[in-house]
Amino acid sequence: MRKTLVTFVLIIICFIFQSSVFSYFSFGGIVPNLLIIITASTAMMRGEKAGLFTGFFAGLLADIFFGDFICIYAIIYMYEGYICGFFHRVFFPDNYILPLALISISDFISGFIYYILMFLLRARFDMGHYMTHVIIPELIYTSVVAVFVYPIILFVNTKMDMIVSKGARKFV
Amino acid sequence: MNPVINKRGDKFSIPGKYLLFALTIVSIALIVITLTTNLFSGVAGTVAGVFVVPFQKGISTAGSYVKDKAEYFADMSTLREENGVLRQQVEELKEENARLTQDKYELDNLRDLYELDKEYSSYSKTGARIIARDTGNWYSNFVIDKGTDDGLDIDMNIIAGGGLVGRITSIGPGWSKVTSVISDNISTSSMVLNTGDNLIVTGDLESYSEGVITFSKLQDDIDAVSIGDKVVTSNISDKYLPGILVGYITSIEADSNNLTKSGTLTPAVDFEHLDEVLVITSKKQVINSETPDD
Repeated sequence: MRKTLVTFVLIIICFIFQSSVFSYFSFGGIVPNLLIIITASTAMMRGEKAGLFTGFFAGLLADIFFGDFICIYAIIYMYEGYICGFFHRVFFPDNYILPLALISISDFISGFIYYILMFLLRARFDMGHYMTHVIIPELIYTSVVAVFVYPIILFVNTKMDMIVSKGARKFV
Repeated sequence: MNPVINKRGDKFSIPGKYLLFALTIVSIALIVITLTTNLFSGVAGTVAGVFVVPFQKGISTAGSYVKDKAEYFADMSTLREENGVLRQQVEELKEENARLTQDKYELDNLRDLYELDKEYSSYSKTGARIIARDTGNWYSNFVIDKGTDDGLDIDMNIIAGGGLVGRITSIGPGWSKVTSVISDNISTSSMVLNTGDNLIVTGDLESYSEGVITFSKLQDDIDAVSIGDKVVTSNISDKYLPGILVGYITSIEADSNNLTKSGTLTPAVDFEHLDEVLVITSKKQVINSETPDD
């Protein structure tokens, strides 16, 4: 319960930072995707079910504010969280390479799917342009930001695990 | 084994794949519902107003403060150079100002004479701050810090720096979402100011990387429209008030059908450095096409 609450607060913090602070630090109009970072890392630390919910709510938040219709981001991020959750079995807190790689891959795939659904289907066929001007820059920026943000999420998460397990021991 | 009950049989839990399936159905249902009706806009607006907007307001202020401070030091040296140049300019401008004041007096008189006060300088406006921008990199939508509590409404026009920014597409008690004219999925009915020819301005992410957006369906058989012409919102648009500057034409090409022309125009507003905008609080009046049944 407390874990869920902490994740919820983390999602809201990420969303607020992404929409208000990072727009001041955008490079060429590109902002990093913090919602992908929180979704992928939560999924990896907690398993597919937590990832699924995190992705769903993170996406829903983005949809409510900036979507033309609700749930398009929610559905993409939800599947992303679910698939990243499978890597929970090979997740070790010391290993930074796998989570960061997974975050980058997730960001690329979500960008690509969004392009297909929202642009390709409206006959915007110049895939190369959108790749080089939106998807790849966002991927790079997100990866760089993830190097700094991921340790913070990991820290909060391990701290939370410690508090919860301590509480459980006291209860026994 | 029943998948809903786990091994011990005492704790109720649903496997992830069933959850995923259920939420997918819910999402698709929501997509269809929001595409066809606007059932959820009120609910979503209230939720967002409670959870997120107050924080965004605060953080946005803090963010702009930090950026201001950072720029403050960087600008110090350039400011000194600029100061010298500006002093010169002030002298020139003083002279020009005197001349223009005379022109202005004349213009005011003429306006009164022709009753041209219907121009958009006379619309009642209210200022608003941008507190959040689109989290994705695909569309240029943003959120401003005023909503229904301040008397705003959906479809009110947004201007900044004398040009059209966009219009309000969804709204909550203390915030409203603005869809800008450069967004890839937005078209604006406009006209060329000096010839009165109608055209459709469409936002385009691809060409906006070069600072322009596209227009199409311009009927101009006698080649009266030329590069540099002003494009304003048209009289026949049902969302935008007439006569608001959209941009300047930068290129024109004849379409392959030889009837219409298309090309690009430069928006009048600098969308990259937008911080404060003006909301025109009067809306375009439209004739209600739904006639009462009884």
